[in-house]
Amino acid sequence: MAEKLQRYGVYAAVAALLLFNAIFTDNFLQVANLRTQLVQMAPVVLVALGMALVIGTEGIDLSVGSVMALAAAVVPLYLGFGVWPAVAMALAAGATIGLVNGSMVALVGLQPIVATLALLVAGRGIALVVADGRLKQIKNQELLALGQPAVVIATAAVIAVVVAVMLHRTTYGRQLVAVGGNRAAANLAGLPVRRILIVTYVSCGLLAALAGVLATARLTASDPSSIGTLMELSAITAVVVGGTPLTGGQVRVLGTVAGALLMQLLRATLIKHNLPDSTAQMVQAAIILVAVYIARGRTR
Amino acid sequence: MDSVPLLSVRGVCKRFPGVLALQDVSLDLPAGQVHALVGENGAGKSTLIKVLTGVHRADEGEIAYDGRPVDFHQPKQAQQAGISTIYQEVNLIPLMSVARNLFLGREPRRFGLIDLPRMNREASETLARYGVHVDVRKPLRSLGLGAQQMVALARAVAIDAKLLIMDEPTSSLEPREVETLFGVVRELSQRHISILYVSHRLDELYRLCDEVTVLRDGRVVHTGPLAAIDKLTLISKMLGRDLGGDGVTKFTHDRRAALPGPPQLRAEGMDKRNLLHDISFEVRRGEVVGLGGLLGSGRSETAKAIVGALPVDRGSVWVGGRRLARLSTAAAIKAGMAMLPEDRKAEGIIADLSVRENIVLAAMPSLHRAGLVSRRRQDQIVDVFMKRLRIKASSPQQRVGELSGGNQQKVLLARWLCLNPRVLLLDEPTRGIDVGAKAEVQALIDELARAGLAVVLISSDLEELVEGADRVVLLKAGAVVGELAGDQVDEHAVMGMLAHG
Amino acid sequence: MTVPADAVSGRRELVAGFVQRHGALAVLALSVVTASLVFESFASFDNASGIAIQSSFLVIVAIGMTFVIICGGIDLSVGSVFALGGVLAAYASRWGTLPALVVPLAVCGAIGLLNGVLIARLRLAPFIVTLASLLGARGLLLSITDEGASTYLVPRESSFVEIGRGTLWGLGYPVFLALALAALAGLVLQRSRFGQSIFAIGGSQDAAAMMGVPVARMKVLTYTLSGLLAGLAGTLNAARLGSGVTILGVGLELDAIAAVVIGGTLLIGGAGTISGTLSGVLLLGVIQNVINQIGNLGSSYQLVTSGAFLAVVVVVQTYLSRTQRLH
Repeated sequence: MAEKLQRYGVYAAVAALLLFNAIFTDNFLQVANLRTQLVQMAPVVLVALGMALVIGTEGIDLSVGSVMALAAAVVPLYLGFGVWPAVAMALAAGATIGLVNGSMVALVGLQPIVATLALLVAGRGIALVVADGRLKQIKNQELLALGQPAVVIATAAVIAVVVAVMLHRTTYGRQLVAVGGNRAAANLAGLPVRRILIVTYVSCGLLAALAGVLATARLTASDPSSIGTLMELSAITAVVVGGTPLTGGQVRVLGTVAGALLMQLLRATLIKHNLPDSTAQMVQAAIILVAVYIARGRTR
Repeated sequence: MDSVPLLSVRGVCKRFPGVLALQDVSLDLPAGQVHALVGENGAGKSTLIKVLTGVHRADEGEIAYDGRPVDFHQPKQAQQAGISTIYQEVNLIPLMSVARNLFLGREPRRFGLIDLPRMNREASETLARYGVHVDVRKPLRSLGLGAQQMVALARAVAIDAKLLIMDEPTSSLEPREVETLFGVVRELSQRHISILYVSHRLDELYRLCDEVTVLRDGRVVHTGPLAAIDKLTLISKMLGRDLGGDGVTKFTHDRRAALPGPPQLRAEGMDKRNLLHDISFEVRRGEVVGLGGLLGSGRSETAKAIVGALPVDRGSVWVGGRRLARLSTAAAIKAGMAMLPEDRKAEGIIADLSVRENIVLAAMPSLHRAGLVSRRRQDQIVDVFMKRLRIKASSPQQRVGELSGGNQQKVLLARWLCLNPRVLLLDEPTRGIDVGAKAEVQALIDELARAGLAVVLISSDLEELVEGADRVVLLKAGAVVGELAGDQVDEHAVMGMLAHG
Repeated sequence: MTVPADAVSGRRELVAGFVQRHGALAVLALSVVTASLVFESFASFDNASGIAIQSSFLVIVAIGMTFVIICGGIDLSVGSVFALGGVLAAYASRWGTLPALVVPLAVCGAIGLLNGVLIARLRLAPFIVTLASLLGARGLLLSITDEGASTYLVPRESSFVEIGRGTLWGLGYPVFLALALAALAGLVLQRSRFGQSIFAIGGSQDAAAMMGVPVARMKVLTYTLSGLLAGLAGTLNAARLGSGVTILGVGLELDAIAAVVIGGTLLIGGAGTISGTLSGVLLLGVIQNVINQIGNLGSSYQLVTSGAFLAVVVVVQTYLSRTQRLH
């Protein structure tokens, strides 16, 4: 029962919410509104997918929000060389943070929460130093084009498919789940455990950086002081609500996307019904706890 | 000694899903007696301890303690009643000071605050009586294991324990520390504290204990004064069915002839502080070599060291005449070795993954095209091995965690066999699986050896060892004490060597 | 029972112990001396008292965090709770000084209690529970301030502001309160059974339970304490500012964790000191002050340095404890 709830609860909740809105909320199921919702949730989806991979290895990455900020700060510096070099540099910055996280976890042997906490603090500081603490307007048309709804949504969708394929169809993906499921066994079976862990944290950093770039383009400004704040919480929520257990060994890609969608729809529903943002936050807090509780019931 | 025993266990049964861990176990322990509890892995020793200390509750039977029937629901209740347990891994707080550990929860206080000078002074005095002279303000972990053990003992005695359960207390102690411990145990016994002493070191038992209870497969197979039973008989009670009984294993009784050529596996001078001492042996193609010994003799550690899962201080491994440049699990697998670990759940299966994925786990790197998993080639392999090993699962997609122990074991075997290994190390391959699966696994071992594999077989089932192996290398306290080959391999010889070697 | 291996590990233990206990203090002393030599304005009483008052709020929060971390947990909600405490205090100050103290403490204590119950009784992961209450507390704060639009002011004539603004010997009251709380917390940690229980739980929860420590109750108490202290710090801050500023406290939990860990408390639990935490907070305060003295550097360098400190400290801690374990 708890297992079914953990696994499929999120889809039922999304369906129920859509049904509720179809009946009680005016103009909710219109294309324009749905597109807005999807655009808003796209960065969360990207970050949450990376987070899901990390959680699949029995880890956690608290630094994702700071990585977004760093990516946002790096992009304008290199726009002079064109949009693609700038994006590449931002992604490289994210990958670097991921590499540091991964090395601290896999080589030094730190607990993931401890290792990534340091970069949660330092990452945003670095971003602010890089950006000189200022908000920068983005005028580069090519970069702004990346912020168009269609591009943002498509990117998130494509990445979700890529992550799903990577997870289910590549050697790396299957090894990742094995490492998260039973590290001792994976080790005895000769799997390159350290390399797998590092690659996973790097992937998470890359995805967070990509989210930072898209969010910046969407915002038409690079704002490293506020972009991505509390993103780690939103991402973990999406992952956990989507049915991926925090104990590792399982990753639900579709569930994660649905988890992000659920939280987005919930917020939108509350707002459409004139409930303030504060209520939405408290409801979100409650949902996280319920989701974790259900997941716990299964793993014990 | 009192006429009413301090502890009296009557007809205790304990069931776990699929296993009867304790059957009709009875035990009497008078005040001041040092009582040995022995048995191989899975005999039910730890379950019995857990029942006595309130971790588990007995399904049937009665326990009387201090003249009254008791039914502990929680460890705390047992502790308050005066039953203390000292585990092999010391259960204290390593980072806290020695004195704080000794007094945790009953610190002397003055004006509501812990009286540190008094606590430290009393701690020093107390420990001095146990022969431990250390700065009690230092963290516990700065002490040697023997001294830590003494602190645990002192704590147990200080909280008015009447019954001490000691679980393998000497397994990580230096000889000198063992002597100190024995002195303390004898002294406690004179103070009418009863001790249930669990150990696999028989020599120690004979020096220390008054009575012995032998458990096997969850049943008491012998209980009585230790002086009345010789070591050989004791070992036969622990390991075997009655001597001379006919075998029921699936092994063919004729010994295989090893194939000519250089040894397929050669381990040389494997050394690991406190665990392994200069272990060397070799296995030829087509040969099954049994690693024998009692629990704690270093059997599993030897296997792990060979496949690089346990770092060693010294030693080298040769496979097919070539020396491994370094010992790591990846290098071992590459060289053609495969090991089935003893603890199937903790080190073997990945319970959440499917049968298919568990089977192809180790072979995955060789089953891809450009990084993409080749489903077709996987399916072929999975299909072949599920049929060949007769793995009973609803489909290859079923979660391994849902299978029976025997089928889980076969999945693990399949994981290694699909790599086409040259050397197979099997650590307790038939433990905890049902009779049918056991026979199948044994037959498979036979078949694999005939096909030319070099097999190392570890088993605490003496019969399995004797009938399955062509040669037996016997270990004791981490060192090789003897070897039996050909017609020498029988239960008498093995036990004799273990008792006197 | 001395063997050569013990002697080696003993020496290492000594070095590790020193770095663990006094590393932050040494770095603090070094930075104070350097700063005094480099910046004329640094070594003045005004500057020092400024650092002291600014650090006093973080000290109070960090004391609670020290307890939580020693106990093997983490409390990410303290920043939100701090802000909530300030807003509640300013709101309740219209009814007098006593309500201005009691209301925030009651609410913030309740949040801590809820954290503790969820963590200790339902056995949910501390970081996720307190992340959720970070969100929940901020939601609560927003809902009582019209989504952050209204800022409650403490009535000018209220004696409540005196608690935050009054001075003795040129130092603000909060400084003395923080010091008194630190002394008390140090005493509790080292000389009470509650303190011993926390060390035991953080050191090894299973062993602590076997030794008769009421693990769940002690954990609940610890998180409640952390909530209370964060609320108290927010209350004092509101008294000092004369208003309940809604946007305060974001990221405060990270400063607190950084200070605690830099102060030598093991992030995995089981060891730590209040005096170390005090040094850690002051070190962060001095760094902040120096960065301000330099002028053209933004506060972002503060984040970089504390993050870097954090990373170095945890790596060193892991390295030290690993070399010890080998013996």
